[in-house]
Formats: sequence, C-alpha cells, structure tokens
Amino acid sequence: MSKTESYKLTHLQELEAESIHIIREVASEFENPVMMYSIGKDSSVMVKLAQKAFAPGKIPFPLLHIDSHWKFKEMIKFRDEFCSENNINLIVHKNEEGVKQGVGPFTHGSKIHTDTMKTQALLQALDSHKYDAAFGGARRDEEKSRAKERIFSFRDNFHQWDPKNQRPELWNLYNTEVHRGESIRVFPISNWTELDVWQYIRQESIPIVPLYYAKPREVVDMDGQLILVDDDRMPTELSKKKEVRTVRFRTLGCYPLTGAVESEADTIEKIIEEMMTETQSERTTRIIDFDQDGSMEQKKREGYF
Amino acid sequence: MSSPNISSLGIKDFLAQDEKKDLLRLLTAGSVDDGKSTLIGRLLNDSKRLYDDQLEALQRDSKRVGNAGDEIDYALLLDGLKAEREQGITIDVAYRYFSTSKRKFIIADTPGHEQYTRNMVTGASTAHLAIVLIDARKGVITQTKRHSFLISLLGIKHVIVAVNKMDLVDYDQQVFESIRSEYLEFTTRLNIPDIQFVPLSALKGDNIVDAGVNMPWYQGASIMTLLETISISSDRNFVDFRFPVQYVSRPNLNFRGFAGRVASGVIRKGDEVVALPSGKRSTVQSIESMGTDVAYAFPPQSIMLTLDDEIDLSRGDMLVRKNNQPQIERHFEAMLVWMDESNLDLNKQYLLKHTTNRVKARIDAIRYGVDVNTLQRFDAETFELNQIGRVVLTCSRNLLFDSYQKNRQTGSFILIDPLTHNTAAVGMIINRVRSEQLPSNISHEIQSTTDRSLIDRGEREKQLSQKAQTFWITGLHASGKNEVAYKLERHLFDLGRTAIVLNGTMLRAGLNRELGFDKADRDENLRRVAEMAKVLNDQGLIVIAVFISPDRETRLQVKEIIGPDRYREIFIDTTLDACQKRDTTGLYAKAAAGRLRHSPGVDSPYESGTADIIISDLEQVDIQDLI
Repeated sequence: MSKTESYKLTHLQELEAESIHIIREVASEFENPVMMYSIGKDSSVMVKLAQKAFAPGKIPFPLLHIDSHWKFKEMIKFRDEFCSENNINLIVHKNEEGVKQGVGPFTHGSKIHTDTMKTQALLQALDSHKYDAAFGGARRDEEKSRAKERIFSFRDNFHQWDPKNQRPELWNLYNTEVHRGESIRVFPISNWTELDVWQYIRQESIPIVPLYYAKPREVVDMDGQLILVDDDRMPTELSKKKEVRTVRFRTLGCYPLTGAVESEADTIEKIIEEMMTETQSERTTRIIDFDQDGSMEQKKREGYF
Repeated sequence: MSSPNISSLGIKDFLAQDEKKDLLRLLTAGSVDDGKSTLIGRLLNDSKRLYDDQLEALQRDSKRVGNAGDEIDYALLLDGLKAEREQGITIDVAYRYFSTSKRKFIIADTPGHEQYTRNMVTGASTAHLAIVLIDARKGVITQTKRHSFLISLLGIKHVIVAVNKMDLVDYDQQVFESIRSEYLEFTTRLNIPDIQFVPLSALKGDNIVDAGVNMPWYQGASIMTLLETISISSDRNFVDFRFPVQYVSRPNLNFRGFAGRVASGVIRKGDEVVALPSGKRSTVQSIESMGTDVAYAFPPQSIMLTLDDEIDLSRGDMLVRKNNQPQIERHFEAMLVWMDESNLDLNKQYLLKHTTNRVKARIDAIRYGVDVNTLQRFDAETFELNQIGRVVLTCSRNLLFDSYQKNRQTGSFILIDPLTHNTAAVGMIINRVRSEQLPSNISHEIQSTTDRSLIDRGEREKQLSQKAQTFWITGLHASGKNEVAYKLERHLFDLGRTAIVLNGTMLRAGLNRELGFDKADRDENLRRVAEMAKVLNDQGLIVIAVFISPDRETRLQVKEIIGPDRYREIFIDTTLDACQKRDTTGLYAKAAAGRLRHSPGVDSPYESGTADIIISDLEQVDIQDLI
C-alpha cells in the first residue's frame, strides 16, 4: 500500500467485498446454513470467499456435496484432499435408493439420472438436515433464466422457485425471513462473470480440479460430445471406441454427461485466452441444458440449483 | 475502439490490464419502444466483439455498427424467462454483464409495464448511473418524468439522457436541443447533479460506440465513451465513518474480530472509535481486508476489525467517530415505495431491516402520496403496490441512521410483512421527527415517557453493565439499615457497579429541609425520595434508599413511583429491644421520656408484609443474597 491513500477498488475487489458481505449475512441471519459444494471452479471460488469472510476463524457452516455416484474420479479425489487439507467440515450425500436401483446415465438417460441422483438427492439432503439457507455458486451471466434470479432466492416448502413471485432486492438489505420448512438459496457470486472467476482463481492461486487443464485423455465420441472413459461402468460398445485426444473440461459434472473440448490450454492464462476467443457459452458442453426448451428454468422450479 | 487489446497485449498483459478495471453499475430506463433493447444489445455485442475481433485478428471484419440491414433481434439476446417468452413481455429486473478495455459494467435492465416502479426502484438502488432513453419523435413524455423522479428519489448522481431514433427525425439538431432544454427545465425540481445528453441512433449505431457520420453538429462523447469515463469514485461518502457490525468472530480466546462492510467514511489503525448504542470508546487495533492486514479501510470494503479493549459489541451495533455520529431515534420520516400486493396497513407491525439491524416498526401516519407521473402530492389513507409517499415511522428500538441523501447505506431500510415475509416496502430516511411535529396519536406516548434523552435507560444500563434498580431498606430506627446499606454499596462497588446511598439524614439536611415530621411531611419526604430514585435509575444508576418507612401504604406508593420491576424491598426485622440497645442517637430515650411522638415501634406501628427480603439476624446476612 502506498503512502497516499487510494479509495478505489478494482472490479474484483468490489465483487469480493459484496460476496463476503453476503456470506457473513447468511452466517448471521440463519440458524442452519450450508454451502453447496460442486467441486467445480465456481464452488472453489465461493469456498475461498467463505474462508476469507471468517479468517482467522473457520467457516462456521458445513459444505454439502451431492454425489451423484457418477462424478469424475479426479473430482472426488480433489474434494477429499482439499477438504482435509483445509480442515473443512464436508457432508457428502448420495441417493442410496438410486444407487441400489442402479440408476445411471447410460442405462436411464440423462433426464432420469439427473432427476434421481442430483435433484432428488439434493432435496433429500436439504430435508434431512433441515437447512434454512443453502449457498450455491451460480452466476447470473451463465444462463438466461439466472439473469433475473435474486441473490437471496426464496424457496417454498417444496424447494420450488417461483420466478414471478420473487422478493425485491434493494441496496444490500437482504430479506432473510422464512417460515419453518421454507428456505433461501443464496448466490454470493451472482454478479461475477466467467472471466472474473478465472481472474480470481489466478490472482488468489485457488486450487482447481486438474480436469480443467488440457492433457491427453482417453475419450469416446458420443453424439458429438467427447466423453471421458473414467471407469468401467461405460458400456464396452462405447469404450472400445476410445481414443486419446488432448482435451480439457470447461465445466464438471457427471462424467457421462459432461463433454470435453479439444484444447491445448494447460495453464490458467491459456484457459482464459481460449475462453475469450470462444463464442459458445460454457454450458454448451452440459447435456442437461438441451433436454427441452427453457430446460434450466424448469429444473430450477423443481428445486435443482 | 483504439485502446490496447488482447491480441496486441498478449494474454498476461491483457489480464494485468483487466485486473485494474473498476466496476460501474448502471440502470437503463425506458421501454422497448424507445429502442432500449437495441441499445443494450449493442453495448453487449460491441463489447463482446471487442475480444473476438481483436483476438482472432479479424480487424478486416469491422466491428462498425452501422449496418442498417443487420436484422439481429437484440431483444432476443436479452430475453430471459419462459413466461416472458410466452407472454412477450419482460416482467422483472435482469442483470447483464459486459466489459470494455476500460471498465466492467453491470446493467440492471428494468423493463416492464405496471410493475415499473417496483422494478426500477430495485435496479436503481445499487446503480451509479442511469441511462434515460427518450424517443426523439416523442420528446419528454410522462414516462420520462416518472423515470427521472425515481432516479432522483433513489439518489443516482449521474444521468445520461439518450435521445434515440435521431434517424427518424432526420438527425435534426433542433429536435435534440429542444428536448434537452425541456428535460433540464423539468429536472430543476429534482436532485440529479450530473446530466449529459447524447443524440443517438441505436439502430444505426450513431454515438453508441463511435460518432458516426450523421450528426457532425454533435461534438460530445458517445454513450460508450461516457460510460467508460464518468468518474464515480467520488460519489461515495468518505467523510462520515459508519461501521455497522455484521458478525462477531471469536475463533479463539485471543481473537475477537468485528466483521462488516464499511458503510461510509474511512477508518485507520489506531483511530479512536465509539461503539453505539453503548457509547463506549475504544481504539482500532487492526484492520483486515481481503485476507490481508491493512492500514486503513473505506467503503464498500468488507473488513474485520479488532479493538484494543474488550468492549461489548454485537451485530446491529455501530462503530463511529466521537465527533461524527449518526442520529439515534425511534421516530423518523421517510419516503416509502410500496412493493407488496397487500396495501399499507397502519395497524400492522412490520419488521424493519436497516444496516445489520432488525426491529419492529409501525407506520404512524402518511404525510402524503406522490403521483409519479405528475409529481403532485395527494392525501392518502394507504399505499398500494408501486405507490410512493412520505410517512412517519416508529420503531420498537432506536435506530442509528443518517438521512438517505447523506448516506445511502445508513439511510435505507426495508419493511417486511410479519406474516407473509414479503418485502412490503422500501424506504429512504428523510430525518428524525421532532416531538412537536409528531402526529397526535404518538405524541401522547412520548410525553408519558419522561426520558426524552437520545440515550435510553437500556443503553445506559448496558454501558454500566448493571440493572438500574432501587434497594429500599426499611425497618425500625437503629435496626442496622445503614450498616446493611453501606455493606451493600461496598459490595456493588467492588463488583464494578455504580450505586448511590440515599438516607433521611442526607436529604433532610438539604433537599427536604423544610419538611417536618408529621404524617403528611413524612409522606412527602418519601415521595420525593422515590421520585429521585426513579430519576437516578433512569440514568442507569443503582439506588440504595434507607428509610424507616413504616407505613405499608406509603411503601406501596414508593414502589409504584419507582416501578415494581426496579423496586426491591429489604426489611430489617429486628426487635425493638435490639434497636434500643444499638441506638447511639438517643432517639429511643427521648421517646421513652415522652419527648418524641409517633416513633415507630414505640407508640406507632411498623406495618410489615411487603418486603422481598427479610433480614432477621444481622450477623447472618450474606450481602450477595440481596442482589
């Protein structure tokens, strides 16, 4: 800091200040909050902000990972190492009923799998722990329906979002009132763009899952999407078509539902450069978004993040 | 745009440049008819193309926006929710993001029809700047006035008036000039310090990013240039330090941090601060911001402070400077914007959220409503959705506030319906209300509470860490009342409390010296003592009153004056015999000689039966048991 005082913040500092304010507000106003942790880059930024918000103390709420049973192996490894190194209280929830019935994308298709192993699993976890607030790492620039969602987004008893009946949100005064059974989804990085997230990861040296970086990997071409051969649950008629390509992932989820992109970007700078020249948005490699028109909004109404 | 770009800089330098950009939040006001979507679409598109073009070195394919034949439907680019697609209308506030080589921008896009006020007020609450779109063919219309009033109400300091569709009026300078003067004339009634005018053709692209060729008479900057260069850093209040405590962090015994956002002002390490409402002083020991130790902090940083002393401070309290404090009041006037489907109810108790505080609040009176279209005031019984007006509010506790005009952060609040939890209204504080100006229904309430100080008893008690109460020690003359009283005083003193002993000798020497010893004067003596004890209790002090007070009825009256919950009666129940032995004043001797009448215990009764605590053996008294 120089001798003369400057009272200017960069955009990242301003976004950071806003996010930390939001995270602290939830910790103060709710009895039983939880932070959804998807292991992705946005979650990693959100966790970093939570660490900063309470340093030198610990994050005063747990992280919740909904394990769909089909996540990339590298994600699970990263999750366990990261949480234990950072002394983070992590709760993992799986829809055990779904696991028992063998629900998976290859056998049941993306819609049933996502509904059973993600949406239902999430609702089970939220109900059983009776969380009154759940943080999510969604950004408004990601997807059209999110541009209108509040930072503090009200959910009724059935975890449903009503886009027509949202609470107005002014200044930084958040309405945190809920009745028993109702809850609020809180999106502390709503105002961050994809570039902001990458810049912040770079600036703060935030660890991310190595799948984001390009390297030679075994993939198969499935209806135009490059799917990683992550384990032997992939049907052999598919996996036998595997080939090694230099790819990376722009978004992480269930491995059979998340397409890789061919890329040489093996550093954050190269990833950003690639992103800036890319015309398609990051979610185009996420298969669930194309299921039906207005698909994400439909899922959000049903309780999906 | 000729500024350095990603391809000429290389990625690392581009990122270094990008890191330094500041953030401008803006609001766009106008309807689709005014070409608003086209304008936003262009801003988004042109800024995005900045990266594509320059990175891919596709300079040949000009990012020039003047393709009139370009049939892109920009409204689709902005389109959001399914319901809107079906109904063909936008129903809410949407946030858009774009950046140029100079700045990052967040657009609050607040279209809509009936819900306009509610949406626009929402978008305006965080905006630094507003773009008001005017259709050049229509000029300043009702909608323009409504938008501008709301912009002024919400305290946005910069307005760009975009006179659009200049292509449809043959780029006529006269049209532009007359709209400019009409607008300026209208806004003299408002409070917008910085207004700029740009003639525009959003469709053709004139003056959006570049000047274009059609309006050589316009020498000013394009919309994009204004957006990139208008200075907003001086808009914040760096003078009045206000730090609402948001969260108290106690990770271990050695650390107690006060987390929150600097609402306004600048704070430095080593600065003296005052905690409100307690009034306790301390010094800033350390400031942590963004995970690092810093020498000073300013708005809107989220920081964690530590103080030199262990003062009591919790969420909702505020750190300020000794010589620059907010108003501390329960009653204030505010402009309200009604946001809920259910109307304002004067009989309802709302929840009021202000800084990090939440209190109950009632709307006592509606001063007037404002017609957003004409700015005319009207008498109102209630407010319905989207109505605006001035009201008087009373809160269950004092708020620490400034006027909204002086301080957006400490001057704003929201009202929440206690049953539905909807955000019923949002408010901007104008000022506290002087008691003589309060509506009659609440002025009575004020007068009945004797304490009009800005500090209430609860705050004083909090500061002194004690419950203000009166120990009323009663019993026969020479029963040992003073002994107990002074032991009690000593004990309280040692505990760090502040207590005052009042006894008959003390008061009759001065304050009550004209009073005699007949029944009426003795009662008057006790009445005055009770009133005095009440005054002292109101100041947060503990009173130990030592009076024979033999009449039951009189003691009940004393209790009533002091307040039953603050009155604690201790009866020293010793025999007359024991008292006579202890007596060093010769009073009992005089009474026995018949030279003194009405001596309790001798020739008049002591009426017991009202005490909270009875001491019958002075040797066995444990002072701790008395408190």
